[in-house]
Parts: sequence; C-alpha cells; structure tokens
Amino acid sequence: MITAAPPSAAPGELKVIEDAVCTFCGCVCDDIELTVQDSHIIEAKRACVLGKAWFLNHSIEDRPSCLIEGKPASLEEGYDRAARILVEGKYPIIYGLSDSPCEAQRVACSIVDWIDGTIDTTTSVCHGPSGMAFQGVGEVTCSLGEVANRGDLIMFWGSNPAESHPRHFSKYSLMPKGMFLPNGRKDRTCVVVDVRKTKSAKAADIFIPIKPRADFEALWTLRALAKDVELDPEQVLRDTGVELSVWQNLMERMKAAKFGVIFFGMGLTMTRGKHANTEALLALTRDMNAYTRFVAKPNRGHGNVTGADNVVAWRTGYSFGVNHNRGYPRFNPGEYTTSDTLANGEADCAMTIACDPMANFSQPAREHLARIPLIALDTKETPTSRAATVAFTVATYGINTGGTVYRMDDVPLPLRPAFESPHPSDFEVLTQIEQRVKTLVGVTC
Amino acid sequence: MPLEYTKIVGGTVYDPANGIDGLIRDLWIADGKIVEPPTDADAVVSKTIDASGLVVMPGGIDMHCHIAGPKVNVARKMRPEEKRKGEKLHRTKVTHSGTMGSVPSTFATGYKYIGLGYTTAFDAAIPPLGARHAHEEFDDTPCLDKGFYVLMGNNHYVMQSIQRKEPERLKAFVAWLLSSTKGFAAKLVNPGGVEVWKSHQAGNVSGLDSKVDHFEVTPREIIRGMAQAVDELRLPHSVHIHCNNLGMPGNWATTLETMKAFEGHRGHITHAQFHSYGGGDADENTFNSKVAPLADYINSHSNLTIDVGQVLFGETTSMTGDGPLGYYLSKVYGGKWFSSDTEMESGCGITPIKYKNKSLVHGLQWAIGLEWYLMVNDPWRVVMSTDHPNGGSFLAYPQIIRLLMDRTYRQDILKTCHPMIRERCSLGDLTREYTLNEIAIITRAGPARILGLKHKGHLGPGADADITIYTPHENKEVMFELPRMVIKSGRVLVDQGEIRDTLTGKTLHVAPGYDQDMEQGIQDWFEKYYSIRWRNYPVSADYLHESELVPMGL
Ligand code: SF4
Ligand SMILES: [Zn+2]
Repeated sequence: MITAAPPSAAPGELKVIEDAVCTFCGCVCDDIELTVQDSHIIEAKRACVLGKAWFLNHSIEDRPSCLIEGKPASLEEGYDRAARILVEGKYPIIYGLSDSPCEAQRVACSIVDWIDGTIDTTTSVCHGPSGMAFQGVGEVTCSLGEVANRGDLIMFWGSNPAESHPRHFSKYSLMPKGMFLPNGRKDRTCVVVDVRKTKSAKAADIFIPIKPRADFEALWTLRALAKDVELDPEQVLRDTGVELSVWQNLMERMKAAKFGVIFFGMGLTMTRGKHANTEALLALTRDMNAYTRFVAKPNRGHGNVTGADNVVAWRTGYSFGVNHNRGYPRFNPGEYTTSDTLANGEADCAMTIACDPMANFSQPAREHLARIPLIALDTKETPTSRAATVAFTVATYGINTGGTVYRMDDVPLPLRPAFESPHPSDFEVLTQIEQRVKTLVGVTC
Repeated sequence: MPLEYTKIVGGTVYDPANGIDGLIRDLWIADGKIVEPPTDADAVVSKTIDASGLVVMPGGIDMHCHIAGPKVNVARKMRPEEKRKGEKLHRTKVTHSGTMGSVPSTFATGYKYIGLGYTTAFDAAIPPLGARHAHEEFDDTPCLDKGFYVLMGNNHYVMQSIQRKEPERLKAFVAWLLSSTKGFAAKLVNPGGVEVWKSHQAGNVSGLDSKVDHFEVTPREIIRGMAQAVDELRLPHSVHIHCNNLGMPGNWATTLETMKAFEGHRGHITHAQFHSYGGGDADENTFNSKVAPLADYINSHSNLTIDVGQVLFGETTSMTGDGPLGYYLSKVYGGKWFSSDTEMESGCGITPIKYKNKSLVHGLQWAIGLEWYLMVNDPWRVVMSTDHPNGGSFLAYPQIIRLLMDRTYRQDILKTCHPMIRERCSLGDLTREYTLNEIAIITRAGPARILGLKHKGHLGPGADADITIYTPHENKEVMFELPRMVIKSGRVLVDQGEIRDTLTGKTLHVAPGYDQDMEQGIQDWFEKYYSIRWRNYPVSADYLHESELVPMGL
C-alpha cells in the first residue's frame, strides 16, 4: 500500500502541499498548490472552478464511520456484517470504484474473486461503449503531453471540456506552447462537432453543428471523404444536417494537419449508436494515419475511472462487467453490468464504492437495489448510503488519503493528501472486509 | 534462534555456473538462500526433500518478456475473444482466478511461470511515464522476482545529449532515469525510428545512418552513446537493444551494423530471430535466413549476447515499443490495431497476429530462431526467449527445449513446414543437439550472468534458493512442462503442477550514482515539455513492496 500520509502541523499552523493532484475530473491536474489549516483547505492555487470547489468545500463529515441499518455501530461490527452479507449472497455484486485509488480497487477485485461475485465500474454507464469499440478496432492514441507538444488540429466531438474538464484547453490541448508549436494557440486549429453550441464551441475556430443522433452518419461521411468516395450532397445534408462542402473542407484540414487529435465525449458514446459511433470515430482516426499522424482520445470524467479500467483489466483480463460465478472471470456487457444485474433482479446483495446508483439508475434497478442487502462506502451521505444495510463513511482520496490514480491518458500519478480524516480510507475498510471474507470462505493466501 | 534448514538430497544437479554437470549433490537451504552444509551436528533440519532419481536445476530466468505495464494491459483489454476460448484459471484456497489467452492476467502470469519452473522474469519495455503502472502490476504478479527495462532509445533528452556531444550529461540522465523509475536496465527500441514515426506519416528510420530530424542524430550515434554510458555506469546489464527494421526482409544488414556500432562495448541483441532476414523489397520470393553471417559475428565478438525470440505456430498478440512496426504489422494482418505515443519518451504498437506453419515466411521465422540456438557456439551468450507473447507464449519453452535436444523431432516438424524452407536456411543440415547442461545455461545460468545477477542462476552458497526439480523423461517437452517441484526463496510453491503456496516476489532494480549537479538541467527540460510535474514523476520506494537493489558491476 502506498502510505503517503498528510504532513503533520500544529493547530492553526498553515502548511502548503505542492504538486497535489486534483481528482475531480479526468484531467487529474497534478500541479495544485494547497494551503491547509487544520482540517480545511483554504487555498487551491491553479485549480479550476470545479477543482477549487472540490478542495475548498471539503470538510470532515460529522457522521459515524459506520452505520448498520441506520444506527451508529462500531467499525468492527460493520466489517463483520459486510463480510457476512457478501459471503452469504449467491449473486453478490460490487460496483463503483471510479472515485477510489488503485490500491482500494485492487482489494475490491480480491474480494469479488473470493466470493465468486460480479464486479463492475462506472465505465459501464459512461465510456463502456468506447471500451467495446476499442475491442473491435483498436485505437490510435497518445499521452496528453504529445497533444501539447505536437497537436496542430484539435477536434472535440460530442465533448464539452470547457465545462466538464475546465483546464483541458490550457494544460493539454489548445493553449500550451509545445515543442513543435512555439506559438501555442496560434499554431493550432480547433474544431468542435456537437449538436449544440456549447461553451467549448465558442472557443473553436470552426464549429460544426450536426443533427442530433447523426454522429454515425457524420463520421462515415468523413471516412468516405478520406478515401475520396463520391457522395451525394443532398443525402449528406439530410443525414448529418451539415453541407457536404463543410465536411470536405474539414477533411482537407485533417489531411493537411501534421498531428491531428480527436477528443470525444459522452455526447458521442451515450447517444444513439453508442459503440458503433465510437467504432466509426476510432476507424476514422486509423484511416487518417494513411495520410498523416492522427490520434483519438476519450475525454473521460470521474477522477480515477481510468485506474479502475486498468486494475480490473490486469486482475481479470477484462475492464468492466466481470462475473466470477463459475470461479473464474467472464465478461459480458449487457449481462454482467450493474444496471442489468439490478434491473433483471439477479443480484442478491451489493457493495457500492464511491458511487450513487440510488440517485442515477433506472427505476427497476433502484427498486431492486432497495430490496437486497447493501453495503455502501462513500465520503458523504447519499441516497445510496441511506438505503444501505451497512454504510461506511470513508476518508476522501487525494484530500485525506494517498494512493495512485490514472489520468484519462493512462498516466499514473501519486496522490498527496492534505490533512487527516477521522474516518478510515476505503482501502482500509475493504482490506478489513477482505480479511474477514477470506476467513469465512477459507482462503489462506 | 538457530537456523532451520531445508535439505534436498540425492538429486542429479545441473549447476553450470559452478561447473556441476549432472552430479549427485545435496543442497542446503536456510533463510531463502542456498548455504554451506551446517558444521554443527545438531543443526535443525525442518524439511528434507528426497530428489533421488530427479534432476535439480536453478529456477528459470526469462530475461525478455512482456508481462506488465501499459501496453500489456491494453492488450488484455483489447482481446476478450481469445480469453473466452482460452484456459480458465479457477480460484483456489491459495490462488486468485485469472484468464489466459496470449496475454494472461497478472496473477495467472505468476502462477504459470512458477508452474513452469521459472522464478524470475524481466519485462523488456516500460515507458518511464508508465513505470508506476508496471510496479503496481508487479505487486499483483506473484511467485516471481521481477524487474523491467526502461525505454530510452527515442527519449528526447538522450538524443539531445548525444547531438550536443555531452556524454557526461547522458550518463547522468540514464542513471537518474533508472533510479526514478526503479528500473533495471536501459532498453533501446528502434532507436530514433519511433521519434520519426511520431512526426511523419508511416515515418521511420531506414538504417543506422539515417538522420532523426529535429534531433539530427542517427541510430548509430544513439547506440554508441548509450552503450558507452551504460558501460561507464557499470550497470549490471548491458544496453538491451531491439534493432531498427524489425521484421523487414533484408534487415540482417542493419543488425550487423548494429553489432558493429557497439564498438566493443557490451550489448545484448534481443529477439535476434526477427532481425536476421535476407531478401528485400518485401518480396516473399527472396526472403531467407542470414543467421550464418550474424552468428559468425557473435561468435567472434565476446562483448555481444543475444536472446532468440523464437516463433511458434499459432495465434498470439504482437506488442512492441516500436510504433512504426505496429503500424506495419497491422497493415499486414489487417486486424485491430492499437498505437500510443508517450510524450518525450516512446511509442507502442499492438496487433493480433497468427503464425502459420504452411506460410513460407512464418516457417522460415521458426527455422531462423532454431538456427540461432544451434549456430551460436557458446551457450553462455544465447538465451531462450519467445519475446513473450510476440513470437509465442513463454509456455512454449518446453517445446523449444525438445526441439533443441532432439534433432529427429526437429526434422519431423521441419517436414510439416513449407518445402522451400530447406533451401532458404541451413536448419535441415544442423545436427547439433543440446545437452541438459546447455539447456540449464540458456534458461538460467546464462541469463543470470548476462543480467549481472550474482545470486541467481546457480546453486552455490549465497544464491537465492530458487530451485526447480524435474522428473527425467525421454521426451524433454514432457520433462520440462511439468516440474516435480518448484522452490522459490526456499519455499516449496509448486508440487507436481499444483500450487501449494504463494509469495509476492522481489522487484530487482538499480540506482546508479550520478553527478547531482546535472539534475537541474534535466529538471528544466522536464518542466518545459512534460504534462506532469517533476516531483510526481519518480516512483517512490512505497511502490516496491519486496525489493532488492542490485549493485553495479566491477
Ligand atoms: S481541470 Fe479537472 S482535474 Fe484539473 S483542477 Fe479542474 S476539476 Fe481538477
Ligand atoms: Zn520484446
């Protein structure tokens, strides 16, 4: 375990944490300077509005570390009860993980292995379709520093980083003066493709408003143009809501670029066509490498969802929606993904880690979750933790506890916690539960 | 507390590093190490293993495989289809579950290696920016001691230092980078070529003297400069190089030039098989073996060593730090393709591939690998590898052993391949057969020596008690695929194919000294171009869990 502990300080004394990591969005900025006084962060230099809110509004939750059926209980009782629930279940599921450090994610994977359970991450409700598209065609991509140093044509497709990833432009994609782009923004062209004029579209040199749910047709139009296939202008306009000449002009720019980049978001992955859309975009990127260098990148959300994908993949071979009912990992999105195991009434107990399905899953899924024994780990009270049989209040990763997180381009970073929490970390809670589970099922390694 | 001893008695021992070639010897183990027999009469022997009639060797060492880190994990994610048909690893009371296919999950990797009698493995290509990831996976890869090689052949600072003719700066950088990543050795992958790929459509270098634009250096200069830096730092392992032009017909000339470019410095040419092709212009009609002239050069230059990168027939996944190669292979095979460029450092290419025994090219690749084992005279300078999973899985090692020890079997397989192969290489005429002692050299004693690991690859006092016991069998594939017993750090982990016990294993790494005054220059460069902060780059000791700092050589 990575044990980076917050530095100690006398009461009232100010301490400064340099190069702290913000886990609020997939940018995972690692240049934040935190000023801490007692149990408060009073300044978060270089953080964006979202990051500032994340750091500055953080206070220690004044609630018990453990509640059983809504009543305060000791942690020991909570660990015992949680382990029993998981071991007694016939179809236990573990879900969430994208706001935990890798060290905790790894323990969750061990637990699910010992109980022959099903593990799934929030990837299944955001970029899961990208994962499946990737299994179909692969991906041509790069680390974010490559974009900063080389990217001269930057496209955003169904992604609005100005609001979802506020420092994306300044740190990685548009503003940096890179090795081969000494004038920064002036050396880059920015294109936004979206169904509405987002805040990001306003920052673009070219905005292409497409018809809602026409991403697939638009991407195939570009694929055809890349290969010089003749297209019917009327049909293109009808299918995409955009004139053929606009697409032709874009394709000329794409071919003329030295290093093109397409960032895509949930506007592409969660709209009609889902993984077919992403597959088309990844295929277009690949096609473009016959003319120049071109890469694609999903603009992922939650802080460590990329870490969750990686951990689940190295542990099981698959990155989300993994079932161990037969004693070994099997993968089937649409069957072993949490919204399905709940909505189909298959799961008979659940453990959620840093996520809130009671607030954002479908009604049948929520109704089923309310009926089965539930263990919830969260930093604060949520609809899910209120519905839990055993609810643990845990310390916040990156603020109170250390560990490893992965940026959306798979670059791993170490957390630098600011101050102690009276609550245990999710790593600690999961480790305690795992020990008990192992004893109950007779595992000795 | 008095030491407790484990004793292995009556085994036929092959310990080539100590000149023991099939002699009956007892081994004493205490505290995870091999020790001298105790002198006092009442020493406590807590366990005696009767090895009479069995063969005892040091644990196997895989010095070149791809088992952890960013690209290996991408390959896992990319290939669910082969796991579905692959072997299933059920969890047990002492082991995790896992998946196989060409890229096993982490736990499965550890269990399969130890089950095969291998106790140490090195991942051959980690981008420094992904070092932390590799260490995390290592912690989930049990039963093995492990380490990794750090990609440096297209690193901007390396190329810049060479361009500016600043060898001291280069040396400091190599030392700093190895220490920061907790890596083990310096790896060059298509030196210069990956940088060209990053900035040009289908870009690459064409040979040792083509210039890398912007940096104005050549592959030859990178190789020469790095070899000198690594020797002057006295790193335990030499520069480990994946030459330019991998897989291309006619690339043997590049490989020969690479060998010369070392100019007497130590060098290890990895997966030599992929770099020994005659012919040209991608014309299958001219493709042939050029092992003979290359092996001649190796035989007469003691500064050089190789591992083979044997190809085996079947499906696998190609994964490489060689971005342009990935692009080339994806066009040849037409399947899915992954490519990722890492800022300032490296590239990566992944694509599914299939070697068919009826294909002339694939059959020749198979034969060329075997020629390498048979044509390098000194077994201490040739190492068994499949470049797992590129040429095939490490699980094929027993089959390779049989091919080397049994020329009738070898000839029988050759007969099933494309008939033209006999004309394009000399495998059909090679009658050499490996002895057990020579197998022990190319799978453990040799790699330990080449890696500079003094406590590995032998069974003398002071060695790590990593021991494999085999039941002799006429069919050497049978003998080597199911060891009778595997002992790691003095503990019996495997008994007749069954995992009884597990441990995490140590991470082997180096921390060469360097001129601290050079660090400011590195930091200035780093802060200008990297997308993460200088202080967040080095991997802290927390990530090492169990580890061993390997000292510099003499
Ligand atoms: S961009 Fe994202 S990671 Fe960076 S400070 Fe803002 S919320 Fe945090
Ligand atoms: Zn390799």
